[in-house]
Amino acid sequence: MTVANPTAPPATPVAPRFEPALMRRKLTGTIFYGACLAAIGVLLLALTFLLIDVFRRGLPWLDLGFLSGVPSRRPANAGILPALVGSFQVGIFVAIFSFPLGVAAAIYLTEYAKDNWFNRLLQTNISNLAGVPSIIYGILGLALFVRLLGLGPTSLAAGLTMTLLILPVVIIASIEALKAVPDAQREGAYALGATRWQMVRGSIFPAAAPGIMTGLILAMARAIGEAAPLLLIGASVFVTFLPNPLEGSYTVLPIQVLQWASRPQADFQGISAAAIIVILALMLVLNGLALVVRARLSRHIQW
Amino acid sequence: MTTAARPLTRHRPLSERIIEVLLFLSAAVGVVTTLGIVAVLVFETLDFFVVVSPIDFFTGTFWSASILPRAWGVLALVSGTVLVAAIALVIAVPLGLLAAVFLADYASPRVRTVVKPILETIAGIPTIVLGFFAVNFISPQLLIPLLGRNNIGGFSALAGGIVVGLLITPLIASISEDSMRAVPRGMREGAYAMGATRFEVVRKVVFPAAISGIMASIILAMSRAIGETMAVLLAVGAKPQFTIDPTESVQTMTAFIAAISLGETAQGSIEFKSLFAVGLTLFGMTLVLNLISGWVVRKYRTAY
Repeated sequence: MTVANPTAPPATPVAPRFEPALMRRKLTGTIFYGACLAAIGVLLLALTFLLIDVFRRGLPWLDLGFLSGVPSRRPANAGILPALVGSFQVGIFVAIFSFPLGVAAAIYLTEYAKDNWFNRLLQTNISNLAGVPSIIYGILGLALFVRLLGLGPTSLAAGLTMTLLILPVVIIASIEALKAVPDAQREGAYALGATRWQMVRGSIFPAAAPGIMTGLILAMARAIGEAAPLLLIGASVFVTFLPNPLEGSYTVLPIQVLQWASRPQADFQGISAAAIIVILALMLVLNGLALVVRARLSRHIQW
Repeated sequence: MTTAARPLTRHRPLSERIIEVLLFLSAAVGVVTTLGIVAVLVFETLDFFVVVSPIDFFTGTFWSASILPRAWGVLALVSGTVLVAAIALVIAVPLGLLAAVFLADYASPRVRTVVKPILETIAGIPTIVLGFFAVNFISPQLLIPLLGRNNIGGFSALAGGIVVGLLITPLIASISEDSMRAVPRGMREGAYAMGATRFEVVRKVVFPAAISGIMASIILAMSRAIGETMAVLLAVGAKPQFTIDPTESVQTMTAFIAAISLGETAQGSIEFKSLFAVGLTLFGMTLVLNLISGWVVRKYRTAY
């Protein structure tokens, strides 16, 4: 304890007077708020202009003949059926391969993996893979599926390549869904004498299914909209027939858009826009499907 | 990783073990993918370097893969890539951060339900559509009237940068918003109790506290901008050149790889092999950025 010196005059702290300057501070705040609103406005405007531009150019070309026709040198006769079928084939292959692989990997990482360096490496590796540019997967797919496994430039090779591309997304979404299941669920299953797999299959997987399925459907949407890797898997040819998944050439919607959009004539830009409308409609359907699946699967889940 | 709970029974039937092995193999597909990517890129690039000296490749600034005389200076492609990514970031960082602040600290729940879907819609648009938008709207109806026909053409780094900026904005916005929302309420309320205005709370409390997530989002967006293919392919043209002029037509690394695959190039030719060397350069750049982003998060994360 120190005792104040009684002879010293009492200290009178002269604090600088606090200037609230409220007007100025509030004005800065208002300007910043204005900037926030402006940013949102710019984004909204860009999206609106994009949609208006695409629909204005594309709608006049969009009819049944366009959906059921094949590409042609003359825009008026051109259609997108081969590209539509190609995109469906790739999408279905992606679903078939990435569902079991992605879910199994996520289950291993959340329910089985011990906390050791190798398993941490697996996890870090998956997040790094999610950051690899998509076209690099095309290079891998070309070397692995097209050449090494001899699948050729087919929609099966394309589906396998896109599976590798979206697998990290599916795994990350599934891990999130599995982690969201409360531990009581696991302990309850064990208390009933379940083995680890019985616990996963009977208790954890059904509870995580809505999240997993949503992630899977959104990943499929991404696989259908993304096309850069497929440039290397031979999706760039003029296809006027329905593709056979196992042999022969194929094409997909985004590549068809690219080919038409690369031509200077306004009519080709028009059918390119029409094909974009079809892609956007597909995206909308898949996103809607994700919502419906989520709602239906989570009806019975409550904790 | 596993939770504390374990099965009560020690007995593990064979089927359980088989299942565990299968699950493990699925998880290992990722590692195989990484090894595959590295092996293919390195192997094929070495093959390319037998013909072209790696020193010329990494230091040259002139690139001509199919027109004679050939030149293999990858810096021409790297500069195009960096230019487009820089323009994209100049646009996306302010837009994305302002949108994130707005969503995290200003918007009411009702406004959020309107604004958030806008961002998600932009994020979900296939990138080829943004390329289409660049050549059909951004260039002819925005840039050319604004800058004059003599100063900018139909294809430019600027047009590509703008659309890539648009497509990475949601990425910056959503990761930054998440990290801003993770800043506890008590910290905000403490600042309000001291008499801070909302802007001061955002600038002096929320922003510094969320900085690790914000930095990570920007670096990830940079990596995404460098790796973007389809939007850039249509928008920037196909003229590899070492320049920092945004009104010029350039070629990015991704667009070069795409152009070679689109063309009639024979698979054994030297042009085709150069694709792998460019791919390796691209992979290296994005890998470094992704590692930095992960390091930033680990180093500067403050958990609340």
